[in-house]
Amino acid sequence: MSETLPLDTARTAGDRTIHNTTINFGPQHPAAHGVLRMVTELDGEIVERIDPHIGLLHRGTEKLIEHKTYLQALPYFDRLDYASPLAMEHSYVLAIEKLLDLEVPLRAQYLRVLFAELTRVSNHLLNLAHHALDVGAMTPGLWMYEAREDAYGFFERASGARMHMAWFRPGGVHQDVPQKLLDDIAVWLDDRLTRLFEEGLQLVVDNRIFKQRNVDIGVVSKEDALAWGFSGPMIRAAGLPWDLRKSQPYDVYARMDFDIPVGTKGDCYDRFMVRAEEVRQSIRIMKQCLADMPEGPVASLDRKVVPPKRAEMKASMEALIHHFKLYTEGFHVPAGEVYVATESPKGEFGVYLVSDGSNKPYRCKIRPTAFSHLQAMDFVCKGHMLADITAILSAMDIVFGECDR
Amino acid sequence: MASPAPRITGHKGVVTAVKKAIGKAFVAGDEAHGEISITVKRDTIVAVLTKLRDDFAYQQLMEIAGVDYPDRAERFEVVYHLLSVTKNHRLRVRVSTDEATPVPSATGVYPVAGWLEREIFDLYGVIFSGHGDLRRILTDYGFVGHPQRKDFPLTGHVEVRYSEAEQRIVYEPVQLAQDFRSFDFMSPWEGADYILPGDEKGAKT
Repeated sequence: MSETLPLDTARTAGDRTIHNTTINFGPQHPAAHGVLRMVTELDGEIVERIDPHIGLLHRGTEKLIEHKTYLQALPYFDRLDYASPLAMEHSYVLAIEKLLDLEVPLRAQYLRVLFAELTRVSNHLLNLAHHALDVGAMTPGLWMYEAREDAYGFFERASGARMHMAWFRPGGVHQDVPQKLLDDIAVWLDDRLTRLFEEGLQLVVDNRIFKQRNVDIGVVSKEDALAWGFSGPMIRAAGLPWDLRKSQPYDVYARMDFDIPVGTKGDCYDRFMVRAEEVRQSIRIMKQCLADMPEGPVASLDRKVVPPKRAEMKASMEALIHHFKLYTEGFHVPAGEVYVATESPKGEFGVYLVSDGSNKPYRCKIRPTAFSHLQAMDFVCKGHMLADITAILSAMDIVFGECDR
Repeated sequence: MASPAPRITGHKGVVTAVKKAIGKAFVAGDEAHGEISITVKRDTIVAVLTKLRDDFAYQQLMEIAGVDYPDRAERFEVVYHLLSVTKNHRLRVRVSTDEATPVPSATGVYPVAGWLEREIFDLYGVIFSGHGDLRRILTDYGFVGHPQRKDFPLTGHVEVRYSEAEQRIVYEPVQLAQDFRSFDFMSPWEGADYILPGDEKGAKT
């Protein structure tokens, strides 16, 4: 064609100009997984451009943390990614321990890994269920939610809360778990979880419609995954065997034996299958934790950081003073800065903690996984159909509490 | 190694090698808590990042964080966190700036920088030159101010509610029934530089 046309117009036989349609996907859309508004420019049904508007759930978490003591800031982390709260706390407590150079008892490290993996299972069950739901398969969710309900029961028995546990503390975990709980988890892993998960999964993985909606949709190459800051299942689906639990092990992950699943094509189906395999690997890790967990204290005995138990407080004056000081003033963290990243179920969740030596963080920058993944929506969706947006979005596994902070 | 934080493999000589490679752009480098950070000149950041990506294999930019130090001449610090997945290594690169001086945008080197820089622009008001789409990202449409600055109040300046009379959301100046309570934990025995309540009476006589 010799003449050049403006970008958004194309001449048809009848000399009529056709304009692109701009639609709002969200902010209230069941497949937007929260409050996401995407200004979507469509050419017919083909996506030309996507401009995600985020921040509708911005609560100023980082600003609030600067005004709280280190311990008071911890519960804010549960409210970031509310689908995997303990994984959020994990980065934060590790960052504080790194600044304090605080040793953590072995049992506490095992308990943290056990419950971080339980969180991963519960997060992936949610995502797999919703991924299937978003492309039209409702039934797997009924199986997955059943298993998730059990997991929430275990969280409640360990910490007293179903969702916002605040159970990981600087120096260990808040309370020890009863042996009966560990026994029940062991039985559950072999019996109910495996059965529910595998049965629920079977309903979709070989389903023709499910494959048509996911295979070759939203392909991301290795180079793009690196350049756009992908992490977690997103980068593994692109074919890079990168997992912080293996490459930069924290707590007792170095003692665990597990495999990293990788995708071959980097499409939505690969992401789904990587997550499914990660659930099986998490079950392996949890079994090793349960088998190897030693007896002993569940939090550091450094009384300048970890408060004593209430029973001790009733009899000892020193314990009473420590308890009072730690729950009012809190502990002081030496000046310095660290960046600690852990493998949350969604990818690399980092905490950049700057301390000025006082009892409050000077700056606590949270590195959400969803931020960089969602930024890639534009180039991943380009050229796809409108209906593929939901598949791509749910394969990214985005939770807005974490993205907007 | 005492704390159970993520263990990163040895990085002997990285600071020296980077210093040699980037030459005059290098300002300072330090290693603390097993993490290395370098400070570079603001204008050279794009060249430094390109060199780190191409010659030192830092393929990923994981994070750009802003930090506000109101006492400094150049009050803002922009902190880039780089990750090498082949060398299994992390590096922190810092530049400093003030309210008016723009920082060259890293979007040409790492496309992921787009939203990360938008966030710092939104929360701190740091300007990035050469960024094609520098809009606010986290705050409300039409928001005024940069909330992460240390001089921005925790409660903000406006509050919103739905007005039944006007049938729309209205913005009003924030009204607090009780001020935010900020406790002072400074011990008078550790050289507090203020007068304790009641002591001013004694000083006058």
